[in-house]
Amino acid sequence: MLSFTATLLLDGISYGMILFIISVGLTITMGLMRVVNLAHGSFAMIGGYVAGYCTQRGMNFYAALAFAAIIPGILGGLAEVTLYRPLYRKGELSQVLLTIGIVFVTTAAVSEIFGAFPYPVQFPDYLVRPVDIGFRTYPAYRLFLIGVGAAIALVLWLVIENSVYGAKLRAAVDNPRMARAVGMNVNLLFTGTFVVGCALAGLGGAVGAGIMSLEPSYALKYVVLFLVVVIVGGEGSFKGSFVAAMALGIIDTLGKYFFTQAAPYLLYAAVFVLLLWRPQGLLPPKSAT
Amino acid sequence: MSASETSPAAAPASKLPEGFTAVPPAPGRDGPGLATLGRLSLVGHAVPWAIAIAFFFMAEGYLSMGTQILIWILFALSLDLALGYAGIVTLGHAAFFGLGAYAAGIFSIHVSSDPILGHLVAIGVAALFGLISGALILHTTGVTFLMLTLAIVSILFEYGNQARSLTGGDDGLQGIKIDPIFGLFEFNIFGQTAYVYALVVLFLWFLVAWRVVHSPFGRSLDGIRQNARRMRAIGTPVWWRLLAVYTLSAAMAGSAGALSAHATRFVGLSVLTLLTSGIVTVMLILGGTRRLYGAFVGATIYFVVQDYTAKLSPYFWEFVVGGMLIATVLFLEGGLMDLGRVARKGWARLRGHRAEGP
Repeated sequence: MLSFTATLLLDGISYGMILFIISVGLTITMGLMRVVNLAHGSFAMIGGYVAGYCTQRGMNFYAALAFAAIIPGILGGLAEVTLYRPLYRKGELSQVLLTIGIVFVTTAAVSEIFGAFPYPVQFPDYLVRPVDIGFRTYPAYRLFLIGVGAAIALVLWLVIENSVYGAKLRAAVDNPRMARAVGMNVNLLFTGTFVVGCALAGLGGAVGAGIMSLEPSYALKYVVLFLVVVIVGGEGSFKGSFVAAMALGIIDTLGKYFFTQAAPYLLYAAVFVLLLWRPQGLLPPKSAT
Repeated sequence: MSASETSPAAAPASKLPEGFTAVPPAPGRDGPGLATLGRLSLVGHAVPWAIAIAFFFMAEGYLSMGTQILIWILFALSLDLALGYAGIVTLGHAAFFGLGAYAAGIFSIHVSSDPILGHLVAIGVAALFGLISGALILHTTGVTFLMLTLAIVSILFEYGNQARSLTGGDDGLQGIKIDPIFGLFEFNIFGQTAYVYALVVLFLWFLVAWRVVHSPFGRSLDGIRQNARRMRAIGTPVWWRLLAVYTLSAAMAGSAGALSAHATRFVGLSVLTLLTSGIVTVMLILGGTRRLYGAFVGATIYFVVQDYTAKLSPYFWEFVVGGMLIATVLFLEGGLMDLGRVARKGWARLRGHRAEGP
């Protein structure tokens, strides 16, 4: 029983880690720039397809992951400068529309180039095999996900809490106007952070491809989940999105085992009730409270 | 076809000062009415309907596509009331369309296959759902509201996926039967009945929408969109007004869903997704919000573009629609019905004049 519970917990955590890796970029976009970014899933999808393309042609897995982060990062930077920047002054509707437009364009491009069928990323053999973790054997892939997610969370935490860049970022999230007034280059901060966010999304899309399979509808299908993580955690809150991603991953996994019939809509119903109860999310940053 | 539809509405719009083009005219002192035709002349009003009627006689092979266009015009029109006039930025309108479609379909299978009765039931279900969900979520704004509407669509989608015995799950709802309308007009394979039926329903809803938009109630929605706080300060019951228009909009969207179920005798689970909400928003924005006829232009252009580009490549239409959407947001905020004004402005600037309407 204990080992069964532990297995479920590990499943939930590994799923939550992917959600965290992908969504943490979105929480920055939405918290810092106040942009409703429905196109975030597109960057994750692009990262996944890049990794798939590279690994299918025999490239080293980790080199492919690097490309999976770099290419969406570059594309994200370009998109921020050309498409997103005019949006900051506009209302939510324009933001929703333009980012849906990006989703449509990327979905069509991916379907055209790679076809409409699921597209696999080839993971190295030692990740596909199960490993012995004491009380049972467990897929190495999921342990790898937990490791990557934990490492990224740790690095982000160190950077955000302990570096000058992190201090600036937190300041700009809490009060962008004041940050500008004291002479910070908030625009540059925006672009840099957007690039990092998209790169992380791409990386998440690539490493998570074993669970969230790559197909052209990926961008639209999963973006609701990513948004849920961000909104439930509280826009612009890093800790919040980590907690929300873990909770979502674990609840979803447990729900699938115990309430096979009701699980998916119970999840969204829970999100619905939570948002009515706490519109700012679980752990909103200071400015929002 | 699109050009002749655009011009009558775009021309009078340019007579208004900058920034006020999209707002409908203020009602006269005697109050508004159907007799007040606003900025459009009677001829201007006749054009789109004349095209729709002419289409029936001239484009026999395309009638089922024509019916689809009419249905989506109605859907986009419903969104125009909520999003365009009242400024309720929602991604959840697929919920009402889907509910209407499933309600009409399930009613026809299990209760009665009378189309009018089924249609009314579908409208009732969608309106009731709009009333309840609106009452729960309309006090929130912005991203939270967006997420709540998305959550509602997701809940319905997952429920529809699970309740296979009722909805057919991801195979879709099949086996919808419909009797002839009034026992006289059978839904035939050429789609003539469906087309006329959809056109009549659209016309009736258009009259409702027109009346609402030009009523004091509609004016108060305008005010709420522009500044809800100020409207509240002058004593407008903002929440009730929003709830009322949201419910009406839900009823219209449900009606469009019912039409879709009856016309195709099929409801796919994909109606209950973000994509459906996205597409209807795209149509409305392409055509232009707060114009009522914007929905007509947008839905028509969407289908024409989809039809043409789908012949080039199965995915190309999505690419084009996405591109149009990005371009609309960046360069053409009033939608395609604003094209005339924007072009004139550009021309005037080119000739060195101040950018003004004529």
